Amino acid sequence: MSATSTNRLRDLAQILFFALFVRPFMALFIGLRVRGREHLSVPDPFVLVANHSSHLDTLSLLSLFPLGRLRHLRPCAAADYFGRNRAVLWLSRTLFNILPIARENILPEDHPIQRMRRTLESGESLLLFPEGTRGKGSEIGELKAGVAYLAEQIPGLTIVPAYLENMARALPKGEYLPVPFFCEVRFAPPRRLSGTREQMLGQIRDDMETLRHG
Amino acid sequence: MSGIALSPIGTMVAVTAAILIAATLLVILLRRLRPAKDFSELSARIQSWWMMAGVFFAAILVDSRVSLVFFAFLSFWALKEFVTLLETRAADHRALFWAFLAVPVQYVLVGMGWYGMFVLFIPVYMFLFLPLRLVIAGEAAGFVRSASQIQWGLMAFVFGLSHLGYLLRFDEPLPGRGVDGRTLVLFLVFVTEMSDVLQYAWGKLLGRHKILPTISPNKTWEGFVGGILSASALSLLVRFLTPFSVWETLIVSLLICVVGFFGGAVMSAVKRDLGTKDFGSLIPGHGGVLDRVDSLCYSAPIFFHYVRYFH
Repeated sequence: MSATSTNRLRDLAQILFFALFVRPFMALFIGLRVRGREHLSVPDPFVLVANHSSHLDTLSLLSLFPLGRLRHLRPCAAADYFGRNRAVLWLSRTLFNILPIARENILPEDHPIQRMRRTLESGESLLLFPEGTRGKGSEIGELKAGVAYLAEQIPGLTIVPAYLENMARALPKGEYLPVPFFCEVRFAPPRRLSGTREQMLGQIRDDMETLRHG
Repeated sequence: MSGIALSPIGTMVAVTAAILIAATLLVILLRRLRPAKDFSELSARIQSWWMMAGVFFAAILVDSRVSLVFFAFLSFWALKEFVTLLETRAADHRALFWAFLAVPVQYVLVGMGWYGMFVLFIPVYMFLFLPLRLVIAGEAAGFVRSASQIQWGLMAFVFGLSHLGYLLRFDEPLPGRGVDGRTLVLFLVFVTEMSDVLQYAWGKLLGRHKILPTISPNKTWEGFVGGILSASALSLLVRFLTPFSVWETLIVSLLICVVGFFGGAVMSAVKRDLGTKDFGSLIPGHGGVLDRVDSLCYSAPIFFHYVRYFH
């Protein structure tokens, strides 16, 4: 089978998975609420950044995109965690179209920042959790500098900040049985980052904190 | 009426439509008479009533299994709204999972018609099991609160509301008049909801003396008395849904209205404690599902047992 037809099959599998499973699950079980959905109509490429506390984060964010846009959106995922066995890796590649990011044994010729930059330059968008790992959900953890490096290297890069509420109550780290707490996703207007790397991270954190309290 | 051979349910659809049309016309009239005043909230409420009545009649008319799935979904959604407002601990996760699983189990028991288990499952077996699951989670701090609040939610929104479902199984009285479990559910829901609406309306028009100032400042004696009397009087209009005489209809309606008021008051205290005005935002102008079913959580079991013992 040629590469393009394999890709089409993958796109179709992802669309069916989201249309038949993820979206009904989010609507009827989680009762997902959305604020600022209009901010998602920003054209590719952009970087969607959000706080991270649950496996539901990626599911709920992706469920809000039109099905046809899913294949242009690559969730950045820890290569060690999602590549821990072949089944998980295959599922995360097929159904989520993840961009595997190395957290250890980083090779200079395949540096994560360069991988993300190339993906954005090819016109695809990224979903990035700058905390780097799932927190407890009570507060936003320390933000890693990756997104600031990207913004430095790609002038005018569009950032869409998001805040996810209650996801850690519905499916906390280490749990596999979800409890249907109502969850909410809030989006801030698309923005650019400016200044030093610390200032850029501060701008993202400020947006997230505003969404968190609003 | 004898010439048009309408079933009780068909007549009920017509009565409901007539009331909603009258309410819709009233808003249009009010807008003409007082253009300066804002009637958008009232208008949104009435639109929602149209929608809720449509969904409810569809769920009752199609098939009894559809009705049960609908009631199960109401319980599920109400429990979701309640649990989301609670302060829960990480250690409560698995107990909450089992509490939610009790929703389909309870309605399957209704569907099986297994009365003994239907009345025991949540008050006895879930009551014994959930604290055990919390103990296994191994966190003593906050244990009593978690065990109590989860059980309370199950009792109110799953056990209480599921009596609407079991009422559907009631199919003995007065053959030939078309009265059965479905018409009893329609009667109960009609009287409970009319009482809610009329208490609100009388309270807005004449309300002076607060009835529960520390719990629910909007509830007044004028609203309470006016709402209950007028809803009971209206219930005579839909007596064809029941096997009751005129006097019995009045007495049963008064009972429904009073316990419905208690249900609303209890849920006001819950809201006040958990710090939110409306439970959710699913139904425009009405808040969440909890705001609409609060009175039913009380009136459904009481009406159910009244019918079960006296008919």
